[in-house]
Amino acid sequence: MRRLINQRPGRGGALMLSMLPFILVVCAYLYYSHARLLENPGDKLLPAPATIAATVHRYAFEEDERSGDRLLWTDTGASLERLLAALSISAVAGLSIGLAIGVLPYLRAAIAPFVAALSLIPPLAVLPILFIVVGLGEAAKITLIIVGVAPIIVRDLAMRTAELPNEQIIKAQTLGASTWQVVIRVVLPQMWPRLIDALRLCLGSAWLFLIAAEAIASTEGLGYRIFLVRRYLAMDVILPYVAWITLLAFTMDWLLRLLRSKAFAWAAPGA
Amino acid sequence: MTQVTVKRLWKEFGAQVVLENVNLHIDDHEFVTIVGASGCGKTTFLRMLLGIESPSRGEFLIDGQALATEPGPDRGIVFQRYSLFPHLSVMQNLLLGLELQGSPLLGRLFGARRRRALDKARELLDAVGLPGSADKYPAQLSGGMQQRLSIAQSVICEPKILLLDEPFGALDPGITADMHTLILKLWNMNKMTIFMVTHDLKESFALGTRLLVFDKVRLDPQSPEAFGATITFDIPLKGQRSPAEKRTSP
Repeated sequence: MRRLINQRPGRGGALMLSMLPFILVVCAYLYYSHARLLENPGDKLLPAPATIAATVHRYAFEEDERSGDRLLWTDTGASLERLLAALSISAVAGLSIGLAIGVLPYLRAAIAPFVAALSLIPPLAVLPILFIVVGLGEAAKITLIIVGVAPIIVRDLAMRTAELPNEQIIKAQTLGASTWQVVIRVVLPQMWPRLIDALRLCLGSAWLFLIAAEAIASTEGLGYRIFLVRRYLAMDVILPYVAWITLLAFTMDWLLRLLRSKAFAWAAPGA
Repeated sequence: MTQVTVKRLWKEFGAQVVLENVNLHIDDHEFVTIVGASGCGKTTFLRMLLGIESPSRGEFLIDGQALATEPGPDRGIVFQRYSLFPHLSVMQNLLLGLELQGSPLLGRLFGARRRRALDKARELLDAVGLPGSADKYPAQLSGGMQQRLSIAQSVICEPKILLLDEPFGALDPGITADMHTLILKLWNMNKMTIFMVTHDLKESFALGTRLLVFDKVRLDPQSPEAFGATITFDIPLKGQRSPAEKRTSP
């Protein structure tokens, strides 16, 4: 018998194994939901699949009697708009500042420690300041995500830039490159895939800050809805919303990975 | 014409003396090979020529002018590794020097100027034996092909001086012979001055018109870092200049 470290599943086997934990969780849910509902038909903690399906249908396809909206879609739209705005701004800021810190020693000396300190401020601790300064509107929520995500992208890209072999930078200079040309022809093109990696790693915390901001002050959004219906123990809403958020996050991650492999074929694949 | 003069050059890192009292005069179109034990300062010497290290004392002159304190297009470099740009194809790597020098703002050429640059690059690509690889990325090339490209990438800018830092050290012996033919061809074609640091004594005799040996002449067993290396042998060699030129060269 071969050692365990040398035994690998085939393609089909790997797919089955990857599905197994999901199936187990669903089965466990179905079993306990059924058991609890047998004991108490009014139980709200683990609603039956049929109840969840009816709720999803109501949220996704029927107009809300008070607002006239299809709630799932207005919530999704509002949340994605905030998230994408914040991630775009963070990406642009992260790329430009990170690259400048990585390339220019004077700038590194001046602001790298400042950015490092900034990135250690717990973003949720400054949320009250944001509410006071920029109000309870969209700006506060988007700023919270930026405060949480941008410093990390800046630091990551500054490190990736500094990691480029010095030989490359010297070679470019012997080919006549100015500082500006080194940036646009040598450093920037090699930082695009790194930026995508940094964004993928930040997706989780970006969602965290989005939902935290929505939970505290909002009138629509996925996080807002979950915290709203919590008051009525509406697990039939919370559970599909959580699954939906997970699916959205997973899709964004997958799209970024796809973009990286298609657009930057020269780069070694990331995680 | 390119003449390199070194006068009473010293290089120290703190208390450690790396080079001491180096004096040298190199004429135009010489092929200078530099050998010496590890840590004897031959790479430091090359880095000073490149402009990324500065002398502690003494001076480096190129055509009577003090050497610039940063790398520039008059001095090309080929490192042992990492001198190619992984995000550019072979052709783009080769074009880069022409594009950088021809377009300060964008670093890219368009239209007729790009076509002229492409013609020059294709010619050189054939000359270094890489036709058919134009669209590959450096990671898809073997080590020998990468070094050919790296040399071509420097040569396309027609530098006055080409610096080679153990360029063939990581290659198979079989490939090294081809590389020697290539570098001699380019050297004779472009009439540049070459400084090549190598570990391979045979190589240094075969290629060079001038062989420099760096070694320590004084040694203090109590503090080995107290004295630096200098040029202990400076041997003029026959070299392998192209026949047309042999008559005119001294």
